[in-house]
Amino acid sequence: MTNATLTPVPAAPVANRRNRLSKGRLPRWAIPVVGLSALVLGAAGSTLGGFSIASMLIYTALLFVVGATAVTVIVEGRRQGTNSFFTYLIHGCFILALIPLISVLYTVLERGLPGMTSNFLFTSMNGMTGAVDNQSVADGTPVLGGAYHAVVGTLLITAFSTIISVPIGMLAAIYLVEYGQGKALSRGITFFVDVMTGIPSIVAGLFAGALFGILFGPSTRMGIVAAVALSVLMIPTVVRSTEEMLKIVPNELREASYALGVRKWRTIAQVVIPTAISGIASGVTLAIARVIGETAPILVTAGLANNINFNVFSNWMATLPTFIYYQILSPTSPTNIDPSAQRAWAAALLLIIMVMVLNLGARLIARVFSPKTGR
Amino acid sequence: MSKRIDVSDLNVYYGNFRAVADVNIEIGAKSVTAFIGPSGCGKSTFLRTLNRMHEVIPGATVEGQVLLDGDNLYDPGVDPVTVRSQIGMVFQRPNPFPTMSIRDNVLAGVKLNARKISRSDADDLVESSLRASNLWNEVKDRLDKPGSGLSGGQQQRLCIARTIAVKPGVILMDEPCSALDPISTLAIEDLINEMKNDYTVVIVTHNMQQAARVSDKTAFFNIAGTGKPGKLIEYDDTATIFSNPSVKATEDYVSGRFG
Amino acid sequence: MTTNALTSGPGSGRTGDRVFSTAARSAGILILLTLFAVALFLFVQALPAFTADPADLSGGQGFFSYIWPIVIGTVIAAAIAIVLATPVGLGVALFISHYAPRKLAAPLGYVIDLLAAIPSVIYGIWGYLVLAPVLVPGYEWLNQHLGFLPVFGGPVSQTGKTMLTAGVVLAVMVLPIITSLSREIFLQAPGLHEEAALALGATRWEMIRMSVLPFARAGIISAVMLGLGRALGETMAVALVLSTGTLIPSLIKSGNQTIAAEIALNFPEAFGLRMSELIAAGLVLFVITLAVNMIARWIISRHQQFSGAN
Repeated sequence: MTNATLTPVPAAPVANRRNRLSKGRLPRWAIPVVGLSALVLGAAGSTLGGFSIASMLIYTALLFVVGATAVTVIVEGRRQGTNSFFTYLIHGCFILALIPLISVLYTVLERGLPGMTSNFLFTSMNGMTGAVDNQSVADGTPVLGGAYHAVVGTLLITAFSTIISVPIGMLAAIYLVEYGQGKALSRGITFFVDVMTGIPSIVAGLFAGALFGILFGPSTRMGIVAAVALSVLMIPTVVRSTEEMLKIVPNELREASYALGVRKWRTIAQVVIPTAISGIASGVTLAIARVIGETAPILVTAGLANNINFNVFSNWMATLPTFIYYQILSPTSPTNIDPSAQRAWAAALLLIIMVMVLNLGARLIARVFSPKTGR
Repeated sequence: MSKRIDVSDLNVYYGNFRAVADVNIEIGAKSVTAFIGPSGCGKSTFLRTLNRMHEVIPGATVEGQVLLDGDNLYDPGVDPVTVRSQIGMVFQRPNPFPTMSIRDNVLAGVKLNARKISRSDADDLVESSLRASNLWNEVKDRLDKPGSGLSGGQQQRLCIARTIAVKPGVILMDEPCSALDPISTLAIEDLINEMKNDYTVVIVTHNMQQAARVSDKTAFFNIAGTGKPGKLIEYDDTATIFSNPSVKATEDYVSGRFG
Repeated sequence: MTTNALTSGPGSGRTGDRVFSTAARSAGILILLTLFAVALFLFVQALPAFTADPADLSGGQGFFSYIWPIVIGTVIAAAIAIVLATPVGLGVALFISHYAPRKLAAPLGYVIDLLAAIPSVIYGIWGYLVLAPVLVPGYEWLNQHLGFLPVFGGPVSQTGKTMLTAGVVLAVMVLPIITSLSREIFLQAPGLHEEAALALGATRWEMIRMSVLPFARAGIISAVMLGLGRALGETMAVALVLSTGTLIPSLIKSGNQTIAAEIALNFPEAFGLRMSELIAAGLVLFVITLAVNMIARWIISRHQQFSGAN
């Protein structure tokens, strides 16, 4: 061992000397080279069976994963090979998941923007027949008819379902957090609220339809039925998010309030809820964003209208999702479907904008209005 | 305004578990009483029974009598809310309401009960409460700022001001300085010394020097072992407890030979 | 007995307490009643379909032979969605929790949440008008090379409006559910185990396999179950994308049907017995999804008891 201390310590690393810790590792250029050759081979391979971007990308990705893994296995061993294989696979999963997102957003923008006219936004489909569409295609004039009635319906039905769901959802959450701790009833509610989040939206629609059918006779279709159906979907979301937010409020604040001689209900209403309100509001906004795009329950409860209806308590009503659905599934003019498709995509763009605004709004509410702790 | 408390044969239960057993104690008006003892001896639990705050914990029940100037807190017709507005409480960690300004925090007891109060009365109440808690000079220019922006010691004095504003006869303090730095602790102790001119103060503390500095009388609580209930071992003038206690366990505790 | 000064306080506020707590409890009970009412009303309105003369129902052979093919269709569509979405969803979750740079992880999470925010009808028209035509060459390739398998039997649909397309669209829709739930679980994996594995010289994948995946197994199962619940009940994607027909084995041919789409497509024009029949179908769907969700929740609650020990 003493000999070891006598051997001269190697001087500072010489420029062209390789670090011994990186021995048996792939040089840094290896993977890009594999990638490039995979691209070339992929392009070549795809021309064999009729060139297309899709097949080229698929071949390239497969060749790259196989090639890069093989190179790693040969140089660095099997364990490193497995590791890099899964690294590529997992990155690939993420890219794969982005494809539909980008494709959907791009399609909706590309096809929806041309239809986003003031005519589209501020007229209804009242009196719009296939003949009108045929005429505008033949003359090359702008597409007539719009989604104003559907926007009105969407806003009204969503507003009514919010009015129904928020008080019930918030009160139930207050019961769970403030009154029901450890009670069998609260455990039951928690479980069934979770189960309720999984109710298919069409079943919620059928329920509301059946309920009003029993009360007012079969095939009762009006806005309020749809609002009830959406409430069934919305309440569990509101309960869950409110519950989470109320649980975060520190118990110390409740005790401080009780110690001042404040009653429990005033404590909840004036201390607990104001402290949690930003989180609750953001949760409610997300719940609205979720139900505003629902189609199936509206189909079976509110029917479809072409005219503007401001009254949720009588007659059929259209919403943006059902408008999109019917414009695509049964175009106004069966021979010239382009005007209908244009209206549908414009409505889709409008709907996505609404949903995105609600989602961003929810994040903004949570950030801006949360109580400043200063700690 | 200051009131006395007489406790006789008090037992506290959590479900079936007896946490505190057979406490008898008389706490005089316009005095500072300190509760000392090892962790888990039930002194905080006992303190909370003095304004029925223990009822916030599910399953907690009380047997016995607590008389506030002769009126039993546990008589059937008594509303805990009435009790708490006459016996205030300050907690271990400063807990100003985060959604309220400094001013609103002081007025919390009034406003949360939806009591009507004129603007000038409110201003007077805010000033007098903050003066009484030695905080006025530090915050008078920023009454509309959030209370949570203050330092820990200032927040705790704000909580005391908030308690004073309800005009209670008794103020209970549950280790009010344990989350504070030494300088803030000193400010609170000075405040407690001034407060006994107007209020009956009961303070739970882990810090025996603090008990010796601020209190007139001291109660020593102890526990025989885990699972056993906490008991009041000795209650006497603070000077006696710390210099010449009559029970061996008290002497062991105050001289640091214990726990 | 002396009068107690404490009893003479303002008692009026007590009413407020009572009203408030009663209101809160009633709201909770109302939710339970609603769920019960959903089952009850569906049952009442569906009853005629169960008791009617079999010849009067669609298909003319009774309710069972009407519902059976569409139950199978529902299960097939959901199964395709789960088979496709589970590996990708887990990969994305792992990417966000363990591979992406720290600073990017949260924004990438939002991006995946955006997938969940897009309304189902938009996925439906996207699947119908954009995705389906793109997939036709792929289906032809599958039919040419794997046509001997019944699932890839021809003739291939020229519009691409097939079960497989519907399954792909459903997969896109349940992906964010699987991702966000399993991401939560992956992030909860005990950091000490991970560091211990890395300190032993494990590669990143070995660390994930040794300390993250075993920890997350129950969470992954329940995430997949919840995704399955969503896929079973999803209506629009199938109603718009699938060119419906009778139950057939081939996934790349027009045909098959799911419960939800059957209801959506036929309900607006239905009346009388046909309506009862569709409501009965909805009841069947409700029972299936309820069972799936309850199993998922049960797994989660059992898992929570275990994770408490960590």
